Amino acid sequence: MSAVSILGAGLSAFGRQPGVSGRQLALQAIRSALSDAGIGWPDVQVAYGGSDGSGLADTLVSDLGLTGIPFTNVKNGCATGGSALVAAVNAIESGRADIALAVGFDKHPRGAFDPRPEEWGLPLGYGEAGLMVTTQFFAIKIARYMDRHGITAPTLAKVAAKAYRNGSLNPNAWRREPMSEEAIAGADMVNDPLTRYMFCSPGEGGAAIVVASEAAVRRLGGRPVDVLAVSTRTRGFGSFEVFAPAVQGSGEPSSVSSDAARSAFGAAGVEPGDIDVAQLQDTESGAEVMHLAECGFCEHGEQERWIAEGLTEIGGRLPVNTDGGCIANGEPIGASGLRQVHEIVTQLRGEAGDRQVAGSPRLGFTHVYGAPGISACTVLGV
Amino acid sequence: MAATTAPPALVASRCGSCANVAFPPSASCQQCGAQAMVEIPLSGEGRVWGWTVQRFPPKSPPYVPPASGFAPFAVGYVELPEGVKVEAILDCGAAPFSSLSDALVRLVATTPVPRYAVVGAGA
Repeated sequence: MSAVSILGAGLSAFGRQPGVSGRQLALQAIRSALSDAGIGWPDVQVAYGGSDGSGLADTLVSDLGLTGIPFTNVKNGCATGGSALVAAVNAIESGRADIALAVGFDKHPRGAFDPRPEEWGLPLGYGEAGLMVTTQFFAIKIARYMDRHGITAPTLAKVAAKAYRNGSLNPNAWRREPMSEEAIAGADMVNDPLTRYMFCSPGEGGAAIVVASEAAVRRLGGRPVDVLAVSTRTRGFGSFEVFAPAVQGSGEPSSVSSDAARSAFGAAGVEPGDIDVAQLQDTESGAEVMHLAECGFCEHGEQERWIAEGLTEIGGRLPVNTDGGCIANGEPIGASGLRQVHEIVTQLRGEAGDRQVAGSPRLGFTHVYGAPGISACTVLGV
Repeated sequence: MAATTAPPALVASRCGSCANVAFPPSASCQQCGAQAMVEIPLSGEGRVWGWTVQRFPPKSPPYVPPASGFAPFAVGYVELPEGVKVEAILDCGAAPFSSLSDALVRLVATTPVPRYAVVGAGA
């Protein structure tokens, strides 16, 4: 197995961009990643990518140039970017290509996602009764978790406040205004205990990553970041997921995030405690809290102290979601996983400006989680 | 609506190979993959396993608000003696929603989704 490095990382702007299509956001991200890698589109030998609702990635070749390379569409919900990256990394590891591209993008309309029961294999009654609401799942999960593990409501507000604060330091974020814990806690309750400002919103954006072999890195130079592991998983038996008419099995639910994280750490040969900076799925602030433990960074319940002591702040022991995460950047489903990778690459290169983690971080971790029970994790290093 | 004396019951399926219980009934087992599922009725009573409150009206369609208009309602999961946790609307009457934590509940309706009402306080 040969070593793989990230040679280029690029983003489009995130947040509402009237008149700009999802495909245009993807093109912005790809051009930015190619420029970052110091290469042109003709240098890319294989590509993978997709969106959840903004079209097929392989159609981008009509704008990028008809070089004839294989370009595979990926549609894997929140793991779309992660799955595209896995495929790109595999192409390099197998020796089939020296330079590969992964891209994810989306442009969602304003407001909540609009899932239909029949698309989830559920009777129509779930829609009539008002149960096709994604936020209910997150609220039920964190409410039970808080009860069992001693996490308090102010902790949820602190996590969201950190996201907006970090977003205010990130020129590319959608939400750039800091918000007080009081304003977040006092906002309209969506589903108890989660208020409006604790959730991310469906958003707009594109993200692209160029990966390269050792030989290509030697030839091209640049500022490579090593891909130590990339892992995607679907849920194991007994998991608790959005739109589940039941949770099967006895005892506590399994966690696909734990499965993907364990696999990534195992492949990288590092421990969660070795990580200097992390990106964790923060669909809402409770998700970030739970994912800290599910990914192995602390024991269940320790988050209460961690967050009170500021350990996940940019100046803390394990800075989490330094770019503001999904809460400050929005959730373009196809793009989020690669946005996370972009942020870790930026941090490990020491190029994160006002939000740069001090002390030259050497190891980073990314984690996405989404419906219907999928997770993608990476371990990156310099 | 016809009057009936039989209490409502949900139908689930039990795996003939590993005994895992699935709701709604399934053709194969999520735990072991066997296609040996047998339909069984689920117990009518269980404990609230987790819950939240739907504070705003969901999008219509598909949501159909009650004739009296939307009012916040509780939704959650009920853990049954069979091990499975069933998603349901939870009815706590005039009591505060917080009374739902660990509450003993009984199935009162099966359509359009399972609905349970509190019969006892939390453990």
